[in-house]
Amino acid sequence: MRKVLIIGATSAIAQATAKVFAQQKDALFLVGRDVDKLEIIAADLTVRGASQVDYTALDLNKCERHQDMFEQAHSSLEGIDTVLIAYGTLDDQKECEQEYAKTKRALHTNFLSVVSLLTLLANKLEPQHYGCITVISSVAGDRGRQSNYVYGAAKGALSIFLQGLRNRLQKSNITVLDVKPGFVDTPMTANFKKGLLWAKPDDIAKGIYKAIEKRKNVVYLPWFWSPIMTIIRYIPEPIFKRMKL
Amino acid sequence: MKLMSKNYQSWGRFPPASQYDYSMQWRTANIPDISNTILPFGLGRSYGDVCLNDGGSIITTRSLNHFINCDNDTGILRCEAGVSLAEILDLCVPRGWFLPTTPGTKFVTIGGAIANDVHGKNHHKAGTFGCNVPQFELMRSNGERLLCSPTSNQEYYAATIGGLGLTGLITWAEIQLKPIHHRAMSTELIQFSGLEEFFEISAESDQLYDYTVAWIDCGSQGEALGRGLFFRGNHVTENEVPTSWHVSERTLTMPMDFPGFALNKWSVAAFNWMYYHKQSNKIIKALVDYNPFFYPLDAILHWNRMYGKRGFLQYQFVVSYEDHRVIRDILQVIAASGSSSFLAVLKTFGSIKSPGMLSFPRPGVTLALDFPIKGAATFELLERLDRMVREANGVVYPCKDARLSAHNFQAHYPQWNEFSKYIDPRFSSSFWRRTTRT
Repeated sequence: MRKVLIIGATSAIAQATAKVFAQQKDALFLVGRDVDKLEIIAADLTVRGASQVDYTALDLNKCERHQDMFEQAHSSLEGIDTVLIAYGTLDDQKECEQEYAKTKRALHTNFLSVVSLLTLLANKLEPQHYGCITVISSVAGDRGRQSNYVYGAAKGALSIFLQGLRNRLQKSNITVLDVKPGFVDTPMTANFKKGLLWAKPDDIAKGIYKAIEKRKNVVYLPWFWSPIMTIIRYIPEPIFKRMKL
Repeated sequence: MKLMSKNYQSWGRFPPASQYDYSMQWRTANIPDISNTILPFGLGRSYGDVCLNDGGSIITTRSLNHFINCDNDTGILRCEAGVSLAEILDLCVPRGWFLPTTPGTKFVTIGGAIANDVHGKNHHKAGTFGCNVPQFELMRSNGERLLCSPTSNQEYYAATIGGLGLTGLITWAEIQLKPIHHRAMSTELIQFSGLEEFFEISAESDQLYDYTVAWIDCGSQGEALGRGLFFRGNHVTENEVPTSWHVSERTLTMPMDFPGFALNKWSVAAFNWMYYHKQSNKIIKALVDYNPFFYPLDAILHWNRMYGKRGFLQYQFVVSYEDHRVIRDILQVIAASGSSSFLAVLKTFGSIKSPGMLSFPRPGVTLALDFPIKGAATFELLERLDRMVREANGVVYPCKDARLSAHNFQAHYPQWNEFSKYIDPRFSSSFWRRTTRT
């Protein structure tokens, strides 16, 4: 039985992944912004078989409250061995281009607030010498594109941070898993036109669970994003800068 | 600006529809403030246009997929309306519970099952789906939430069961599950040579078996008219529980639309002939998993693509036992027309009355047929069947209909006027506009 802390628990991918944990009878602690939604999800996970579900509501942008939240989760679960960080915002790129305040907010939510959590989690888990920290970044972080480079910069920075953290925690036997989903059909992407490359949150969730089990470092979900992003990364910059992606 | 989407179609893929689509993410949210008409949309498994709102808006309910409570002592499950029967089975079968009744696909939502008051192979024992729903919450477009049960908001309870999604949006519902010992079914498959024999086997089986249904070879005429295979089964008893059991999770996906000519009278007749003759024994007994027993077609995802882009029409009606001779006449008309039906399903309905005001099942015999759309001839044939059904005092099933005339619908369901009092002022559907226009 795992003791899982899920941060950003009301996001579609987190909900789907939590269902997989619940089926395995894991104990769960959920963190999200909206207490009504957390209550709905907690009841659902209890019916699905979770051995324990507790939750707390918190605006994760308020980094000064991260410590309290961790203590609460830790005492509720009596220890933590798996963490899933699955929140983020997809801000309007055009608006961010016009206004630094918006860019700053996007970077804070998608990168700096996660760094605050990771700093805390790394220091708490390091001495116990076991555990897995799973963070959802994005294929958008693999290369900057005009259509969403603010979001991409935050996710790319996050991936580099995770890389360093993985390197540091390797000797403490702690896995740092960077999940890079492609297009996922969630409320965050409700206004996008959907096509062949789009995946369902349930499929991403199965991939995340498998990657945790196998103690992977980086995983593209669904798998076909790995070759796609390899190609995109290797396009020479003089050509790439003229492309519209 | 939001654009109309053609992504949401019905299972028969006729008639085509364009709609604005909105998603309901949380049951605590209100119905979105939309200026045009609204219709809830679950998994789109109804065949015709009851799930469509051409030119208006649909509210997709699939994100309302949370369980709320499951009482392991009483078997009462409370869940949101977008939960599918498949999700309930995955959760409940390992815990020894089964759906009270189920249609031939598990890929429908609870909301859809209530709104169409669906029925299954155990109608003679359990009644319709709505008979097994103790209560639900109905949200009206003005934000009002009505707790509906046989003792609370009774009129809305009755109007919403079989109410085709028009009375408001069901946010959650309770269903009464039934206890089982194992996922295996103890089944028998019996060949019968004609309708007389069907009625004999049916009368005997409805006593002894929870689940009964028959497939009819629609291509046969003369002596062989109405021959087919009778399926009957029970959940295994405690003594019959197998010691080991293999569950195949394999599904196939129909990769593309078949061309229009793929299903013609010869290919369908050949299928029907082979299916009838697949067994050389009169009776085959077997223990089978519940999935192939209840949901043989669910193993082929997107099987509706078999009918090509033009889509297909389902036709299901019920007539009383006294008027059952019309079934023979209808089979004769179909056989003579040459437009053979692939899946012809015959079943007797029992006498358990549904609480639903506009509910389809009633005591008698029901026949379900499907026809690939081959232009005007297909529609003319079905209009001929309409006349025969009406003369025999039968009614057609709205959930499968895409073309019944307003005149016929209102004759079949004279209570439609009374029902329309309970329709939410902002809700409408393609079906309702078609069948109630004057």
